[in-house]
Formats: sequence, structure tokens, C-alpha cells
Amino acid sequence: MIFLDNLINGLSLGSIYAIIALGYTMVYGIAKMLNFAHGDVIMVGAYIAFCGLQYWGLPPVMAILVAMAVCTVLGVTIEGLAYRPLRQAASLAVLITAIGMSYLLQNLALMIWGANPKSFPRTFINSSILRVGELSISSATIITILANIVIMVALTLFTSKTKMGKAMRCVSEDRGAAELMGINVNRTISLTFAIGSALAAIAGVLLCSSYPILQPTTGSMPGIKAFTAAVFGGIGSIPGAMLGGVLLGVIEIFGKAYISTELGDAIVFAVLIVVLLVKPAGLLGKPVREKV
Amino acid sequence: MSDIRSGAPLLKVNDIHVYYGAIHAIKGISLEVYDNEIVTLIGANGAGKSTTLNTIAGLLHPRQGTVELNGANMNGVSASKMVSRGLSLCPEGRRIFQQMTVRENLEMGAYSRPVTEIDASLEDVFQRFPRLKEREKQIAGTLSGGEQQMLAMARALMSHPRLLMLDEPSMGLAPILVEQIFDIISELHEGGVTILLVEQNAQMALQVADRAYVMETGLITMQGPAEELLHNDAVQKAYLGS
Repeated sequence: MIFLDNLINGLSLGSIYAIIALGYTMVYGIAKMLNFAHGDVIMVGAYIAFCGLQYWGLPPVMAILVAMAVCTVLGVTIEGLAYRPLRQAASLAVLITAIGMSYLLQNLALMIWGANPKSFPRTFINSSILRVGELSISSATIITILANIVIMVALTLFTSKTKMGKAMRCVSEDRGAAELMGINVNRTISLTFAIGSALAAIAGVLLCSSYPILQPTTGSMPGIKAFTAAVFGGIGSIPGAMLGGVLLGVIEIFGKAYISTELGDAIVFAVLIVVLLVKPAGLLGKPVREKV
Repeated sequence: MSDIRSGAPLLKVNDIHVYYGAIHAIKGISLEVYDNEIVTLIGANGAGKSTTLNTIAGLLHPRQGTVELNGANMNGVSASKMVSRGLSLCPEGRRIFQQMTVRENLEMGAYSRPVTEIDASLEDVFQRFPRLKEREKQIAGTLSGGEQQMLAMARALMSHPRLLMLDEPSMGLAPILVEQIFDIISELHEGGVTILLVEQNAQMALQVADRAYVMETGLITMQGPAEELLHNDAVQKAYLGS
């Protein structure tokens, strides 16, 4: 039973990582950059939802929608102001800009909301506990896993069936060729940031529903782990981010439960190192090939 | 060849200068393409042929000079907008979307057109390239080199261009496939497609083209009817290996 309990908790934590990892992997795949500010967009999303629930008296669903809207605007603005002017610059310059953006967001949050941790309010997400036999599962766990599945299916359909989604795959594979098809590359990159940031808001709410302590650095560690998950699964690949995120969550929880509570994170990163040694492109990453 | 060159040119390149940073790659070239012509741009590696095509397509921007399509100045028009103005570039190295299916590649070629017109264009293209029809659902990266080149050309045709630009379509292909590709170019021409062709295989290019320009280190050094250049001593020495 403890095993099942841990498995379910791992799946739930992994689902949060997966949703965050999607933002990293989509942006990497399409804009070819690591957006290290992504973790902090999660934190902003969580704060906005917190304000909606605590101060503005919004119903939970509205609060989440407002958080998604704010994060979408934030993500597109960050891309337009900070990253777009560097589109032709060296990737190191973009990386450093992203790290700077991450600290900017953390410190803005510190200014606006203060350093004291806030306790995230209870909502329908984490208000009940389901009992199945000897198992007791929090509703947050179930909702998180379900949200992950819905998002995965929706994104897969979006990228495989819609014109915009296919345009995203084209830009991801060959930006110049995509432009020659008539695809507006800048607009496609903006759209990617919009989707990634909206998902970050959802991830922020889910994260704080399971671990209800909210502070300006809330997004950092999950952000780094989700980035790890994206690399683990094969950065640039949407199913890879899903698989990497879920596996990472399960490994972390099992590591903490059966090996050592302190070493949980170390185990996670050790597994990453082993995977990258054996399969440098990640679990589902595709090695580049060219035919003549 | 003056009989087919009536009226204003479809494409007019006016004294363009293109730089890569500090490198002056194109040093003032002018060329014209008229409706229903095949014009070829030949020259050695590094002469600036691809740079010229990429500039016309809007991927690069001239620091000086103009590109006019159908009489309208195209300076500052982005590559993605050039497609709906009737220009299509089939780039060097094919650049097909390897992870997408053949059909998806073709659909992306028609990205700028209304969805309702795509099916008819697909039919057209499949008729011209029956091999692609057979491989419709296959992932493009698994096609052979020749098939990939056909796909790249078919994809460029899906936007219904008024001017099709082909950059080294024969590159890296076996001689028999090179023949096939040039047969297709001739067929397209007979079907009324206007083509600007960049080639290192000068022999083949001059045989299918109406007119030709010879480029050397960023400049046009010779121009004239393809037939004439094919028998020109200097061209033969430099590019035809005789």
C-alpha cells in the first residue's frame, strides 16, 4: 500500500514537472533557447491566483483563468522585449538574459508581495481526500494527474492537426525553410511563449495546491527540475517532456521513500547523468541525421 | 529569345549589394527574369549565387539596390510575405521538414493559401510527381535523396508561385537522378512556370535555360542567351571543363 501511495504521489509530482517541462521544451524546440525565467513565470502565476482567491474574492476557476491570462501576457512580453532583440545574437547572450530575467521576476515579486511566505488558500483542487480501500488520495493529486493528461492530449492534437501547430513544428525543425513557406516566425515564437506561460500558470496553481507555501523563490527548484525533466526526456520533444517529468517525479518520491530523504534530489540528478551518458539526446530525443 | 521577353520583367534586380557583416558578398549585380523564361545563374562555389537567391527571397536584405517583383519594390518585405507575392524558393540542400510526412510537407508549402485550394494543388503536384503520391504518408526524412529533392520542388510549387527559384537542385544526386530533375525542370517550364535556376552543373543548366548569367566573386561577368554561353570559349574553359 505504501508502494502504491508513493507511486501516486510520484505521478502527481511528476505531472507538475511535466507541465512545466512542456514550457521549457516547446520554447527550446522552437526558439532554440533555454528560457530560465520559465520557473519564475510559474511563481507569478501562483501569486496572481493567490491574489485572486485571497484578495479579489474570485471563484477558483476565475482565479486560475486570470493567472493564465496574466502569465500569457507576461511570457509574450518577456519574449518581445528581452529575447527577440537577441534573435541573431550568440546563444550565450540569450542564456544570460534569461537568467537575468529570472532574477528580475523574483525581485519584482519580492517588492510586490514581500519576503514572507504566503499560505496558498484551499480550493476545490485540494479540498477533499478520496479513500479507495486503504489508500487515501488527495483530490489535488487526482486533478494534477488528470490535468497533465488533458494538456498532453490537447497539445499533441494541436501540433499534429492544426495549421498553427504544424507551423510550430516547421519552425522548430528549420526556421529558414519555415519562413520560405510563408510562416511568420516571430509570431510563431510568440505563440509558443504564450502557450508555455499559460501552462506555467496552471503548473503554479497545481504546485501550490499540493505544496501550499508561496514565496518569490517558489518557482526556482521546480523550474530547474522540470528543465532536467525536459533534458531527460529529450529536449525539444513534447512526449519527451511528459515522460521525463513523470519519471523524474516518481524517481524523486521513490528515492526519498526508500533510499534517503536527504538524497532525494541527488538521486534525481544522478539518474539524469546516467541517462545522458547512455543516451545523450535524452530518452525520446532524435539524433540529427541527413540524407544525401 | 527576344520573342518571349515582352513587356516589363517579372523580376528585376537593380544593382544590389549584400554584406555578411563586414564581408561584401554581392558587389552590385543586376538581373531580370521575364514571364515564362528559365534563367540560370551559374558560377563557381562562393561566387554569390545562393546569396543572390536568398536576397531575392527576402531572407537577406540588400544594403543598397532594389529587388522588384512585378514592378513593385520588395525591399523590406520579409521572406514569409514574399510567398504570397508569388515568389517561391526551393533552397539549397532541399531543407524539407524531415520529421513530417510527405503530405504535411506539401501542405506547409501551401501555408499562405486558403485551405480550400490545397486539395486541387495536391492533385496537380501528385500528377507531376507520382512517386510522392505513393509515399504520401511516409516521413520525409526516410525518402531517398532524389525523392527528397522532388519533394522540395513539389513543396515550392504548392504556393502557386509566379516565379520559382531553384537553388542547386542537382546537388549531391547520382547522374541518373540529375537527368530526372532537369527533365522535370523542362516540363515545369513547358507548363508555363517561370524559373530562376542556380546551378553548379553549368552544362545541364545551360541546356534547359533560355538565358544565363555568369557570376564570379559577387559580380556578373557574362550574360546572354544560354545557347550562346554554352558555346562560349571562356565559359567552356571555366565551367564546362573542356
